[in-house]
Amino acid sequence: MSYIGKSVKRVEDKRFLTGQGRYTDDIKLVGMTHAYILRSPYAHAKINSMDTSAAESADGVVKIYTGADIAAAGVNGVPCGWQVNFKNGDTMKEPPHPLLVADRVKHVGDAVAMVIAETREQARDAAELIDVDYEELPAVTDPAAAAADGAPLVHDDAPNNVCFDWELGNPKDEVRAALDGAHHVTTLEFVNQRVVPNAMEPRSAIGHFDTSTDRYTLYTTSQNPHLTRLLLCAFVLGIPEHKVRVVAPDVGGGFGSKIFHYTEEALVIWASNQIKRPIKWTSDRSEAFMTDAHGRDHVTKAEMGFDTDGNIVALQATTHANLGAYLSTFAPAVPTYLHGTLMQGLYTTPKVNVDVTGTFTHTNAVDAYRGAGRPEATYLLERLIDLAALEMGKDPAELRFQNFIEPFDGVEQPGYQTQVALQYDSGNYHPVLKRALEMVGYEDFRKEQTEAAKNGKLLGIGFSTYIEACGIAPSAVVGALGARAGLFESAQVRVQPTGKVSVYTGSHSHGQGHETTFAQVVADRMGIPLEDVDLVHGDSDAVAFGMGTYGSRSLAVGGSAIVKSIDKVLEKGARIAAHKLEAAVEDLDYAEGKWTVKGTDKSIGFGDIALTAYVPHDYPAGEEPGLDFSSFYDPANFTYPFGCHVAIVEVDGETGRTKLKRFIAVDDVGNVINPMIVDGQIHGGLAQGIGQALLEGALYDENGQLINGSYMDYAMPRADDLPSFEIDRTVTPCPHNPLGVKGAGEAGCIGSTPAVVNAVIDALWKGGHQVKDIRMPLTPERVWNAMQS
Amino acid sequence: MSHSITLTVNGKTVTAEVEGRTLLVDFLREQLLLTGTHVGCDTSNCGACTVHVDGLSVKSCTMLAVQADGGSVTTIEGMAQGDNLHPIQEGFKEKHGLQCGFCTPGMVMTAADLLKKNPQPTEDEIRRALEGNFCRCTGYHNIVEAIQHAAANMQKAEA
Repeated sequence: MSYIGKSVKRVEDKRFLTGQGRYTDDIKLVGMTHAYILRSPYAHAKINSMDTSAAESADGVVKIYTGADIAAAGVNGVPCGWQVNFKNGDTMKEPPHPLLVADRVKHVGDAVAMVIAETREQARDAAELIDVDYEELPAVTDPAAAAADGAPLVHDDAPNNVCFDWELGNPKDEVRAALDGAHHVTTLEFVNQRVVPNAMEPRSAIGHFDTSTDRYTLYTTSQNPHLTRLLLCAFVLGIPEHKVRVVAPDVGGGFGSKIFHYTEEALVIWASNQIKRPIKWTSDRSEAFMTDAHGRDHVTKAEMGFDTDGNIVALQATTHANLGAYLSTFAPAVPTYLHGTLMQGLYTTPKVNVDVTGTFTHTNAVDAYRGAGRPEATYLLERLIDLAALEMGKDPAELRFQNFIEPFDGVEQPGYQTQVALQYDSGNYHPVLKRALEMVGYEDFRKEQTEAAKNGKLLGIGFSTYIEACGIAPSAVVGALGARAGLFESAQVRVQPTGKVSVYTGSHSHGQGHETTFAQVVADRMGIPLEDVDLVHGDSDAVAFGMGTYGSRSLAVGGSAIVKSIDKVLEKGARIAAHKLEAAVEDLDYAEGKWTVKGTDKSIGFGDIALTAYVPHDYPAGEEPGLDFSSFYDPANFTYPFGCHVAIVEVDGETGRTKLKRFIAVDDVGNVINPMIVDGQIHGGLAQGIGQALLEGALYDENGQLINGSYMDYAMPRADDLPSFEIDRTVTPCPHNPLGVKGAGEAGCIGSTPAVVNAVIDALWKGGHQVKDIRMPLTPERVWNAMQS
Repeated sequence: MSHSITLTVNGKTVTAEVEGRTLLVDFLREQLLLTGTHVGCDTSNCGACTVHVDGLSVKSCTMLAVQADGGSVTTIEGMAQGDNLHPIQEGFKEKHGLQCGFCTPGMVMTAADLLKKNPQPTEDEIRRALEGNFCRCTGYHNIVEAIQHAAANMQKAEA
């Protein structure tokens, strides 16, 4: 029975549709208390004093902890998981991130006290009674301004607020020489604004210490419970890992923001042993805006040079990347190794240099948000090439076609070596753009656009042809680049005596549908019914190890680990079958859930072999009983999905309002296991990318106040902001993993943003406004103002 | 100060003591353990807490529990008949209208309210009706299809 490539309906849906999903905040433990975190209302302030006496005697209060208590207890802060070095070889500045701050707060939302009470309301009421004497200090929020002389310092030991400076690619003087010799150079200075991930489930954590076993359990909204356990145990609290169980049950979306190890997780675990009772903390949405790691926030200058024929000759990109006040778990990797390495794009550019300065500011931490660095790289490249087409009077599709890397499959032809470290695995770029043009009806659209312009109607089309690097990642490679963890994945395939199969994966599903897709892989490869396969994930006591889900890695890395275990099961099964069938292993075929002696009708089913493995009466000599295998899979390379996104917009010349009329996406994510689920991943990514272009953006004022930290103020796409999407795909298999899959979780978000902005710019040019850039989000006000200039 | 309230929740009569400030959503989740209704924001913008009160869809974070005294509340747990999903729940499953599942209960309750008022909505009408409900996973594409699918099936069932 084949399940690969079928849109199997999701097995996890029933519990979510009937209200039976079990999210962290749904869990109640006996004797559970509730925590409320008191947070700084200032971006930068000295704490002169803190008086908790009134709060301590408030109704229901169990205990209050302050920064001084944490410091006195010698509890470490949360660590950073990736080290980037300065160009001169010095290690990056890595200031501590205390669980509670004692002396100087560094962003709005910085935690200063934790109140634990019998109920959530009592904890919150008591927190209002804590008197903190703050002395407000000047703040800086812009990543480039932070590096200027005289800017307020976030950390005294990080001069000019610089965490690191870094570059990659060809030597700068070579790139400069190529630009100087270019026929045309397109230059763009722009901001890739800060956005807020906004998973719909707010973060939550429950800490429980079992006094009878000295074991801790942390329930948490995490994309990678094992990594959280590692960081919590080894770096923050110094608890041995075998004494800690971390459970990430149903998790309501992540988009990166739930990868990281947050202070609240450590606080509830630490304090649960202090008070010997379970403690639950659940973020409200305002806290989520202030403390869930944000995304993007680059200030960039980029130059792309062309020869007389329109061939790209060089690219120079210079970026200030905002890291926020503290280094979140993967923060330094995002603007460097997940951004600079993508500057080749789909193009044959012979000279590329990217220069990144990461700076601290008095803002919430910035870390991986859906795409993580790759959307920023794509935005840079795709804005430049589209603008270059306008400036040179060339067709934006044709300009791309002529600069595309030629097809290579990574098997017959080698991978493509870029100027910025990576070697692409396989690619065939012309067909995605060609297919997108067909879907658009490109020639007709251009005619319609010209006609519309005559009537004062501003229609625009914008392209984005992107590549990304996902399936994260080969451990040795990322280790050499500063990662402090391996990025393999583990899987266990346990065949039960009845022939039913339990699969334990280190990947974590928070919407991706692994319970269905992974089961399809297992059922297909083992030739058993889908309903005979169950997936277990998200519990460090059940799953031996895991690196979790992010970087579109689940199927490419986690799925490959499962395949390795399946293969081990089938190899051992074949040996048992050979014994039972009195044949040689080489003479057996396995198909449709049974081993058959070639050329005969002698066969034995998978269920019989499973039972034999656990009731080994008539059994091969020397063979261990049981049918249960674990595997670790470390990928040979990243995977490189790519695609073409096209936006068609109409801009209202009177108001500057942009209407997104159509959105076309042709993506190539390698082989596809469940098309329905892959389409859903693309849809969601598109919405987030389009949201950044038109609606979203976190705004800090000059004092460092987050002035749009709620859904009243932060514009996130609603159903009536978006059209139905027109999507298709091509298939270029990944040559280096057993499923040939590349990853689909981030693609939609990586490609879509520049397509929308390019479309608006195109509309304005066709209307006679030669505008190079409009700062995202493209609000009516900004577009209207651009049209007046 | 606590108040005694009596109301019908998913067809069962419930009497309970609540604080005056207790929101309906907190009452449902914390006291009745009906955790299918979710809290996604603190400004009544996200719609994850949508339930039906006396036949109308309501964001249960904007209403006090005492205001539901004497009323009839239906939550996501009350939509399916035994093992038979409500046609809207079926539509969401069939059209992959959910991913992480967190906004889903609110989406289903809002969609049920829409189809009661407008059994054959256009795509635009569906999108406008969902204005009060955020989904961050699906881009709404499949939610719209799910509701269209449900509308068609409910029409067939009535015919």
